[in-house]
Amino acid sequence: MIPRYQKVLFVILLIAALGMGFKLWQLRDRAHKRLLAGQTLAPTAAPVVAPAEQATLVVANDLDDSLAPQMHSLPLPADPGARARAVLGKLLDLYAAPESTHEIPGGAASVDQVFLLRAQGTKNSGDQLAVVNLTGTFAASHPAGLETESLTVLSICATLRANLPAITQVRFLVDGVERPTLAGHADLTRTYLTSEATPVEGIKP
Amino acid sequence: MRWSSTSALLVTLALAAAAQQTPSPQSAAPAPGPRFVVIIDAAHGGEDTGAHLSSGQLEKAANLALSVRLRSLLTARGFQVITTRENDSFVELNRRAELANHANAAACISLHATESGSGVHLFASSLAPANPTRFTPWKTAQAAWETRSLALAGAVNSALTHAGLTVTLGRIPLPGIESMTCPALAVELGPQRDADKKVTAEPDSPDYQAQVASALAAAVLEWRSDPNRTGARQP
Ligand SMILES: [Zn+2]
Repeated sequence: MIPRYQKVLFVILLIAALGMGFKLWQLRDRAHKRLLAGQTLAPTAAPVVAPAEQATLVVANDLDDSLAPQMHSLPLPADPGARARAVLGKLLDLYAAPESTHEIPGGAASVDQVFLLRAQGTKNSGDQLAVVNLTGTFAASHPAGLETESLTVLSICATLRANLPAITQVRFLVDGVERPTLAGHADLTRTYLTSEATPVEGIKP
Repeated sequence: MRWSSTSALLVTLALAAAAQQTPSPQSAAPAPGPRFVVIIDAAHGGEDTGAHLSSGQLEKAANLALSVRLRSLLTARGFQVITTRENDSFVELNRRAELANHANAAACISLHATESGSGVHLFASSLAPANPTRFTPWKTAQAAWETRSLALAGAVNSALTHAGLTVTLGRIPLPGIESMTCPALAVELGPQRDADKKVTAEPDSPDYQAQVASALAAAVLEWRSDPNRTGARQP
């Protein structure tokens, strides 16, 4: 005769063994799924750990239609494309901040990518064309108007020129494609010359 | 016989309706003396709504309202006025420039409204002033008129300032205006603000629009006798 306490113990151990087996299968399944997801989410480039440097941001002000340079310290990668993206990201972070002089939601994430190409139609072979790819969300949430849209475009051009003088031309894409305007006014089909986007204080009568 | 007369009547009615619906530029009675045509261009229209104003109105409607006000003030002063649109219709930028260029206008004023900034924003095109040439590229035709556009902007600036309005003056790329062969500028109504930056009048407020329209009409009157306007005419 098997004692009653042994029967109870056997049942408990059996339940524990089955439970642990199920848990093991679950963990294995979860790990497998994470591995599959990781393959698509893997960063294509190593995260940039760059030393902080001084950058000149040319900041727009809606109230007097002005562009004014400001010095900011931020991590700047060595690669020019990544560097351009970093300074523009900081500029758009300023615009998204609560005390902004040129309010646009979105922040740094609104600059999807900056590609640097050889500039067309210039004598200097070192001249570069920056293609700034903005997100659709940024364009959709940008306030509409001649002043506000042109200030965004000009402050981006002037900021690029201030930090990467080799950039003489700028073109804009939204979600990787060309579109007629930023939010109904600023023309995004043209090539902007950074030399024409120098900081100018608004003329107040 | 009966059918043909009915269909003829229907065709006539349809044509009449079409003629009414077409965004035909409206002309007022020509002013006595030398021809002085003013183009008023209410920006946007139709599917192109422009900005969404905080009153709930769309920019295209606010622009049209200001255009109507300004047109009546100018026609009352005996000016010949041509508008680029008289209703909520989509008019291409090239079409607007064609209308202005065909009229050989003395002043072309494009009207906008926005929720950002403060006061009235005046813009002339940022094209570098150029000497008139025999063949002008369509996209930069305004270059030969740039100097006169800046003079017009100056006249409008002083009239608006005189009316007690906040004004900012700038030069930016202006598609559409860059193809116009007339002294041209864009007038964008931003909200009026007090010293604490609080909005005191929205760009579609009737009082504010009336104030701007009357200052613009005064500027056009001043512009007619401005020596900068009567420089060398178009080649
Ligand atoms: Zn507009």
